Amino acid sequence: MSEFKKAKDINEQIPWQELTTGCEIYEPGTSRLTMTGEWRSKIPVWNAEKCKQCLLCAPFCPDSSIPVKDGKRTEFDYDHCKGCGICFKACPFGAIDWKEVH
Amino acid sequence: MSIRDRLSGNEAIATAMRQINPDVFAMFPITPSTEIPQYFAQYVADGKVDTEFITVESEHSSLSACMGAEAAGCRAVTATSSAGLAYMNEVLYVAASSRLPIVLAVSCRALTGPININHDYSDSMAERDSGFIQIYAENNQEAYDNYLQAHRIAETADVRLPIMICEDGFITSHAIENIELEEDDAVKAFVGEYKPEHYLLKEENPLAVGPYGVSGYYMEARVAQAEAMKNAKRAILDVAADFERTFGRKYGLIEEYCMEDAELAIVLMGSSAGTAKAAVNELRAQGVKAGLVKVRVFRPFPGEEIAQAISHCKAVAVLDKSEGFSGCGGPLFAETASMCINLEKRPKMVDIVYGLGGRDFTVDHAKRVYRRLEKIVATGEVGPIYSHMGQRDLREDVQ
Repeated sequence: MSEFKKAKDINEQIPWQELTTGCEIYEPGTSRLTMTGEWRSKIPVWNAEKCKQCLLCAPFCPDSSIPVKDGKRTEFDYDHCKGCGICFKACPFGAIDWKEVH
Repeated sequence: MSIRDRLSGNEAIATAMRQINPDVFAMFPITPSTEIPQYFAQYVADGKVDTEFITVESEHSSLSACMGAEAAGCRAVTATSSAGLAYMNEVLYVAASSRLPIVLAVSCRALTGPININHDYSDSMAERDSGFIQIYAENNQEAYDNYLQAHRIAETADVRLPIMICEDGFITSHAIENIELEEDDAVKAFVGEYKPEHYLLKEENPLAVGPYGVSGYYMEARVAQAEAMKNAKRAILDVAADFERTFGRKYGLIEEYCMEDAELAIVLMGSSAGTAKAAVNELRAQGVKAGLVKVRVFRPFPGEEIAQAISHCKAVAVLDKSEGFSGCGGPLFAETASMCINLEKRPKMVDIVYGLGGRDFTVDHAKRVYRRLEKIVATGEVGPIYSHMGQRDLREDVQ
């Protein structure tokens, strides 16, 4: 339909006439708009005091949910972390706890 | 100027492909469609086209390659038959819902079993719900002409659906008949350049194709696709009108033969129409008001047009060249009969399944159908609504 409809304008309230043809998406990086954090059944918790900033966890994260800024990891992106637990396994220093979601 | 030639249906389609010069042809061979990529491979080797000719490992892959090419902004084509079409099944639905206007030539052949390489529509009818437009040819000329119209129909902005150009396996695909071809330049001018609005290789327009559609979107996407299929009716007629202006041959959704005052009519598809027209001519010479409706376009289904064409008849036989195993008739009958349900006055209707796996359909068979319709009118008794014709049978009262 509309020629370069923005992904943020495609939602579950719009009528079929306003979908793009074939549900095409005309911009990159739109998965950020989908909050997958609610899929979690367990949650990684970062313990900054134990963390040596070795940065092994960040490249292991399959959802790019461990932001790295100025050469240091920061708090988890919990909007997109699906709770796979790979970072918890990858951390050699026990700086990531693996907890139940309550 | 048209060029007189004599070609098989497969060579006619391959010729149309050469003239159109598509960007990508992803091929996998299967009888009786194999000749199409075989002829085309020669055109590639001879430098007559600059198509990227991809030999893949299966039909699932050939259609997948076409999807990728089409999404990238190319005109992509392929050809198949029978089990090959069945193997494409999953991808047919993805191509259609992704709204990629691929052109797929189908030399229609029976599905197993028993294993059989000859003609019926069990392959294409099994894909009638796939979301592809389907156009069927009566002969080589129509196969060629339908192919020339295919890209424009499929690429129409408010349609954007893939299309099957169907011919009868062996009967049309391999029989050599006279044909009028058009000049290469005239074909190129008629078909035109493909200029998609969105495509993967368009640098300024990043594109994602085929996203996940959860229940919050799926229904809307399917409605949009259904509307596109409805739009295809108009697009098919628009392209046919331009085709007639350009090349002089006329096409519609259906072809009505001697239907103006017909009391008895047959509704059928493909090459059998030529055979049944001969029967109509013979019966008309004897004063029988016989007529025929040939269904050229099966998807979108021209239900209203067929219903209108047969509404004034007294008795109608729908001839199905595929056994849908519904236990009460083939797909052409089911859809034709359902579209007649709200007619004020409608004919008595029966379904006859015939010609399976290449079983002959002769002028005599067609005349027997009209005789049965005469009997229905004379007695008012419809008899069995769903029956088969042409099989060896211990029952004496079947056709």
